[in-house]
Amino acid sequence: MKSLALNILDIVQNSIRARANEITIRITESSEEDIYTIEIRDNGSGIPDGIIDNVTDPFVTTRTTRKIGMGLPLLRHHAELTGGSLKIKSKEGMGTEIKATFSFRHLDRQPLGDITGVLKIIIAANPGIDFIYNHLTDKGEYSFSTRETKEYLETDSLYENSLLDDIAGMIGENLKGIGATGFDYRGNV
Amino acid sequence: MSKISSLADLRKKREELQAGMDIRIRALNPENIVQVKVAMATCGIASGSKTIMEFFLEQLDRRNIEGVVTQTGCMGYCYAEPTIEVKLPGQDPVVFGFVDLKRADQIIEKYIKTGELVDGIIPVNYQTIDLKE
Ligand SMILES: Nc1ncnc2c1ncn2[C@@H]1O[C@H](COP(=O)(O)OP(=O)(O)O)[C@@H](O)[C@H]1O
Ligand SMILES: [Mg+2]
Repeated sequence: MKSLALNILDIVQNSIRARANEITIRITESSEEDIYTIEIRDNGSGIPDGIIDNVTDPFVTTRTTRKIGMGLPLLRHHAELTGGSLKIKSKEGMGTEIKATFSFRHLDRQPLGDITGVLKIIIAANPGIDFIYNHLTDKGEYSFSTRETKEYLETDSLYENSLLDDIAGMIGENLKGIGATGFDYRGNV
Repeated sequence: MSKISSLADLRKKREELQAGMDIRIRALNPENIVQVKVAMATCGIASGSKTIMEFFLEQLDRRNIEGVVTQTGCMGYCYAEPTIEVKLPGQDPVVFGFVDLKRADQIIEKYIKTGELVDGIIPVNYQTIDLKE
């Protein structure tokens, strides 16, 4: 994966497949403390007890379309390359929390990349899921929620290309405002 | 309008567009619209499915095609990623592999607009991909 945003897109797929209806993505970055973390939390089915200890082994997957699962092993690999780690907490029937910790300054840490584009497509493709995106830097914090946005706009659907682009633009402006690093900024109109 | 950086800006722009009747109201009857599903598992994402999904979202809208773009998990064709499934109204779904921007454009211009088949079709014994996950 070329960027952290693509890793996030992939990890969120696990939550979608686990039938979550609320998924929270939280990024915390601090160059001062040399730390960059990504947390993804869902209220889906949880990881079965029998496999939780082994999910970062590529030969562990519950899917039937193919025999290896690569998402979590890849994320763990990327985190460990920077001296960081991957932690997974999950309870069957309750949900799952994934936390990847990276060194902020390590050369092997991928940049965040196109996070607003990733949010655009997961929002478009999953109208039944509430997404919360939270980003914390040394300078400040920004939070976005699809539910809050729908309520504010008095609409039950955000599925419209120009609206989604505006939402992506809005998130980008705010990330710029708090000095988030490494994301592809596409100025909005 | 200047930069949108808050929900209030977002609402203001919506209201302006609505006043100008610029927002198409979609009749989202799935039977009558084109459905595009982009496979979004690890191998798909690693080979560019995000770009393809964004392209369809944007281009169906620009080219005024009544359609819904959504995603699915692994379709089991890792060797042919990015893969997408296109279902035209009243027809069986068709799966296309190795979808880059050029092929995506052909799929819209030829297959979606005129029903003409284009390269890259993966023959499948259809169940439906949702069930296979
Ligand atoms: N958020 C989650 N909720 C429930 N199960 C999960 C979650 N994340 C991972 N899993 C389980 O861990 C397995 C491995 O995940 P992953 O490494 O992403 O590979 P894959 O998604 O290709 O199977 C999944 O098949 C699934 O059983
Ligand atoms: Mg996965």
